[in-house]
Amino acid sequence: MEDQNTNEIMIQATDLTHFYGPQPAIEEVNFGVKRGEILGFLGPNGAGKTTTMRILTGFMPPTEGKVTLADYDVVEQSLEVRKRIGYLPETVPLHTEMQVTNYLKYMGTLRGMPSRQIKRRVGEVIDVCRLQDYHKTIIGKLSKGFRQRVGIAQAILHEPEVLVLDEPTIGIDPIQVVETRRLIQELGREQTVVLSSHILPEVNMICERVLIIHEGHIVAEDTPSNLAQRLQGVDQLQVEVGGPVQEVLSLLRRVPGVTEVTQRYNQGRNVFVVQVEQDRDLRDEISRAIVSNGWSLLSMQLVSMSLEDIFLRLTTHEEL
Amino acid sequence: MRTIQAVAWKEIQVYFGTPTAYIVGMIFLALTGIVFASGVVPSENNPFPEATLGRFFTWTSLFLIFLPPALTMRLLAEEQKLGTIELLLTSPVRDWEIILGKYLASFAFLLAMLALTLYYPVLLYVFAEPDPGPLYAGYLGLILYGAAALAIGMLTSTITSNQIVALIVGIGVIGALYVVHFSTDIVGGIASVLISEIGFQAHYEDFGRGVIDTKHVVYFLSVTAVFLFLAIRALEFRRWR
Repeated sequence: MEDQNTNEIMIQATDLTHFYGPQPAIEEVNFGVKRGEILGFLGPNGAGKTTTMRILTGFMPPTEGKVTLADYDVVEQSLEVRKRIGYLPETVPLHTEMQVTNYLKYMGTLRGMPSRQIKRRVGEVIDVCRLQDYHKTIIGKLSKGFRQRVGIAQAILHEPEVLVLDEPTIGIDPIQVVETRRLIQELGREQTVVLSSHILPEVNMICERVLIIHEGHIVAEDTPSNLAQRLQGVDQLQVEVGGPVQEVLSLLRRVPGVTEVTQRYNQGRNVFVVQVEQDRDLRDEISRAIVSNGWSLLSMQLVSMSLEDIFLRLTTHEEL
Repeated sequence: MRTIQAVAWKEIQVYFGTPTAYIVGMIFLALTGIVFASGVVPSENNPFPEATLGRFFTWTSLFLIFLPPALTMRLLAEEQKLGTIELLLTSPVRDWEIILGKYLASFAFLLAMLALTLYYPVLLYVFAEPDPGPLYAGYLGLILYGAAALAIGMLTSTITSNQIVALIVGIGVIGALYVVHFSTDIVGGIASVLISEIGFQAHYEDFGRGVIDTKHVVYFLSVTAVFLFLAIRALEFRRWR
């Protein structure tokens, strides 16, 4: 039974597209999240992380595409979805005029929790988020770090199946960052967690799987360790060839230094993705091999370069 | 039901925890107090005043152009400004429950404000023998009219994140319904009947005379329902923006 549970798909997003005006914020985004998994969205600011999360939580519908959460459609069965999520928006919006405890009770009632459960859970989350000394404080008087804790407290209050955390460590001090990460990891043992970040080491530390999102597209998807490896310079070439697919494939595989070749059609064009050994530039060899067979070489691109560009825009170190 | 209650209770707590509502209440009592006193205290111009609240009812309807939108302007505009609407709309609460809960909170505050004016009729009973009919009917009229004005304020607070805009547009819409009957003379004919039926005055006047006409009750309840419905639709539309 346990195994079945862990393999169950919790969230499935298909061809998500969202437009703000004429510009797409995200375009044809696809991903799945398994039950109990901690998935990280990594990307520079403005990449489309918040948009994706707002769609997941039912705050706004996608322009196109579909998301299901626990087999409920986010748009059609929004209420069922909203019952199952805890959400921490990026800006941590809170009712600043309320006391911490009263606010949490209010959020508990909105989530439809029975009053006895609210009583028990408010005490628990105040302990877990270390708000014991501030439970009677007006939220507006709390520092940014403590507000963040209140934000997390309300997200986990109703023990939701899925936690959606948008930049959960932004703007808080280093010690609190460490505590928050530990907390998220603990929560991730029982719950499905989707979080976003623009800090590379952070997602490496917390997440089991990372989606790199850039300009509204998912450009890479892997475990943190594999991504790190790819970052260290395994190059990828995209080669467009006019020639018979099978023969081109076998030829490319014979070129020394090539580790893997896959073929796909991109808008009707015949594109081969060639993985190359670390630090080797095989453009010369590959183009020669293709031309000498009498096929036409239509284009060639170093793909992993763009991935590096994206990483350059990420915060790759922490200023501690 | 519990969620409506939770939303309403939270807003009521905010009303009594922040100065805005006290200021609105204070102004309301001060203005109506002056109007009441000037209507019943003998003076040179009015040596033998009647023991009625006639003047109070007429003038309070004017004050209710401004006060209800001041009570409702915060309710959704602030949620949008602070971004708390994101957590509200991602909670398992239906849009109509949000609107209704907040509306009921403002209505409760209006009732509390009107309840504080009950010492005017009490004074009348102490010093004279007023006709009870116009008193009951007049208060019913005020409650119905206030309910409609609050519903208009709910809509204007839903469509903007700026409280001042919500207030001003609210005053504009309520004010327009308040004075629209003046234009009946200009247009004339069937249009004038229509316009007078749309406005508040034709429906409010009778209450002050002690007449409770179902037609007028239905009118104010309809205005309330229509604007609350529009507010719910506006909130739904907010998701799709």
